[in-house]
Amino acid sequence: MPRVLITGTAARRFTGGQTEVAVEADTVRRMIAELERRFPGLGHQIDEGMAVAIDGEIFQDAYQTPLSPDSEVVLIPKIGGG
Amino acid sequence: MAYDGESLKVVGTRPIRPDGVDKVIGRANFGADMTMPGMLWGKIKRSPHAHARIKSIKIDKAAALPGVKAVVTAADFPQIPSEEAFVGEGPMNFRDLSYNCMARGKVLYDGHAVAAVAAISPAIAEGAADLIEVEYEVLPHVIDVEEAMKPNAPILHDDLFTQGVDPKPTAPSNVAKRVTFTKGDFAAGWKEAEVTIERRYTSKAVHQGYIEPHACVVAVGNDGQCTIWSSSQGQFMVRAYCAKLLNIDLANIRAMPAEIGGGFGGKTLVYLEPVALALSKKSGRPVKIVMNREEVFRGTGPAAGGVYEVKLGAKKNGRIVAAELVVKLQAGAFPGSPVGPACMCGLAMYDIPHVNIVGYDVVSNRPKVAAYRAPGAPNSTFGTESCMDELARKLNIDPVRLREMNAAKDGTKAAHGPTWTNIGYLQTVETAKNHPHLKVKLGKNQGRGIASGFWFNIGGESSAACHVNEDGSVTIVEGNPDIGGSRASMAMMAAEALGIPYDKVRPVVADTSSVGFSFLTGGSRVTFATGMAVTQAAEKVVVELKKRAAAIWDISPEAVEWKDGKAYPAGPNAGSFEPLSLQEIALKAGRTGGPISAEVSINAQGAGAGWATHICDVEVDRETGYVKILRYTAVQDVGRAIHPSYVEGQIQGGVTQGIGWALNEEYIYDKDGRLENPGYLDYRMPVASDLPMIEAVMVEVPNPRHPFGAKGVGEVPIVPPMAAVANAIADATGIRMRNLPMSPPHLRAALDEQEPPRQAAE
Repeated sequence: MPRVLITGTAARRFTGGQTEVAVEADTVRRMIAELERRFPGLGHQIDEGMAVAIDGEIFQDAYQTPLSPDSEVVLIPKIGGG
Repeated sequence: MAYDGESLKVVGTRPIRPDGVDKVIGRANFGADMTMPGMLWGKIKRSPHAHARIKSIKIDKAAALPGVKAVVTAADFPQIPSEEAFVGEGPMNFRDLSYNCMARGKVLYDGHAVAAVAAISPAIAEGAADLIEVEYEVLPHVIDVEEAMKPNAPILHDDLFTQGVDPKPTAPSNVAKRVTFTKGDFAAGWKEAEVTIERRYTSKAVHQGYIEPHACVVAVGNDGQCTIWSSSQGQFMVRAYCAKLLNIDLANIRAMPAEIGGGFGGKTLVYLEPVALALSKKSGRPVKIVMNREEVFRGTGPAAGGVYEVKLGAKKNGRIVAAELVVKLQAGAFPGSPVGPACMCGLAMYDIPHVNIVGYDVVSNRPKVAAYRAPGAPNSTFGTESCMDELARKLNIDPVRLREMNAAKDGTKAAHGPTWTNIGYLQTVETAKNHPHLKVKLGKNQGRGIASGFWFNIGGESSAACHVNEDGSVTIVEGNPDIGGSRASMAMMAAEALGIPYDKVRPVVADTSSVGFSFLTGGSRVTFATGMAVTQAAEKVVVELKKRAAAIWDISPEAVEWKDGKAYPAGPNAGSFEPLSLQEIALKAGRTGGPISAEVSINAQGAGAGWATHICDVEVDRETGYVKILRYTAVQDVGRAIHPSYVEGQIQGGVTQGIGWALNEEYIYDKDGRLENPGYLDYRMPVASDLPMIEAVMVEVPNPRHPFGAKGVGEVPIVPPMAAVANAIADATGIRMRNLPMSPPHLRAALDEQEPPRQAAE
């Protein structure tokens, strides 16, 4: 199962301090839905303000991105720029 | 489709930009150049106070002035609930944005808009603005970030409670948010360290310094349809914000992108457009508003200043085992500093097992900050890269070697979580290490500094169309304002994919009704994301061109191949035909199925990160404190340079702005919280004569996600310069400057402390 790592406070406040969660999901959309089911509010938080780094590569607003069973997913704040 | 670097004919060359001639001869239309029949002139009345309650606004005298057609205050704007969204360059609360465009209840900074007028001439509008009477109750104010964090500080927002702390606070605070990132166990790592260093650094707010002030012309029709012509980093951003702030359907706003005279992140917000819309709606006539330079400084968002506390712990051999970074960042009058990126970028260059990072987003009585090239990264990196230099000196290790031995590589886990892949940081360090710059001997009062930097870069939503014209020329339509030469890179990628010469492709930046949605020009994303959309549109056209050639030859499309801008039979079995050029196929388009066009809309993912290592040589005039930049070399991982000259230009521009941030630029406030230097005479930015030729060294680590390997290049070059200059000054003088700017008065004071001036003989 993909591992979701939560290193920052923005997402950790929803998980009660838990920093690593295994999630049964094969796409980002399904991962978000599963996280919302287990930690109410976290899915919305990811949708509105977070990016996901999948095996080191950053994806923003990418529901259909596939996850493999050994994927490492890190939740980080959404990135803008100048 | 991925293109082989060896076979590229257009990408990697240096043609002249399509918008170059218009800009050089003054024919290009910028925001202030637009006029409309019956147009009025708008003027904004601004607060003279840093913090005050608005007791009343009397507009009678202004409205009665002959020639005045409309006066608006916050009462003319809808009350908007607090709602955060990611429309511009970071999370934005629409209510805050509305209050920032027009103060409601309180003014929160010197220059905050309180009312606006529209009149038949600029002089009448200005006179009318003076006649608006605002009665204020002046409140205590706070400017400094750490003062604003104190429990007894004047509170800007009664409904602002610090997020990210436990338990949830019950009292309002100026600290909008606390964020943390952790890796390993910092306390344990700190105990392992044999050499430790703890330092505090600060920087001031600085403006992006775009040459073109904000400007717009807006017309609201009797049927409610609105046209906005303005200078911004995104016409779709302008449309979205205006629609939200004035309750207008998106489809009823057509936002036209004017040419833009610099933005650097500062034009990713709206200030004037909603006000002009309200004035136009009230007056029934088009309204033009153009800021003057003072308004730009007082009324628009600078980059945040802040405080950066850094701890580094290392083994005697130079291996860093623990690091801590605390970032306190000014947000301005409303929450939303780039504290997250500041926290994530400061130590991203290094592979450190135990890291603790804490950031604070702090409001104070300053203009709301706006993005500025790699927002947040230059701030924290000034602290971390200065501290790296101090550590190198303490360990007696060459600063390049210290960076090399601690460099993040593929497989390194960053402090903010991701495991790096396909990164080019170490290549920039090694390229810098072998660069001839490091062999140049330094003279008296001269010094050399090294610093590195990181920026994420982003992708995002982009649309593009590729139209084949009847004569075989091609029009590319895209939705991103061209700030740094992107028209040229779009045309080059299209030409490469089509196999035709660059000058046969004409790129156009279209309005919001003429191309699909495109996120704004920012985050170093356009060449990557919009370039990907353009390339895919061109590739779809190639598929269509092959079909049309097949129709002409009456063979199967699979039996046609496309090479160098021509259709060929794929082999002897396909038949024997003379190749058909794009021009020949275009000429017969009507007979083979009609116009040949393709449109593509994508959400581009996998923007490769930007990495840089800079070398700076300075000479310090010990009499005056003046710092001369002698040599500057900027090494950067650029993916693949689509147009090398414009990549070099981005690097040189970023370095120049970083040097300004390092040496001179700062917002200076008086005791009443009024900005004292809102103009270029008192706010000193570097000009060409201040600088040597900046050598841009491009390291090409192609991005596998992009058809040509492109990565964003426009932001990371501003990240290392402040520390590079500070480290060079320390090398030249033995004085560590930990507070920006390192301007002559500040450096002179530090030199006096080092060696007090002799008293003149009586």
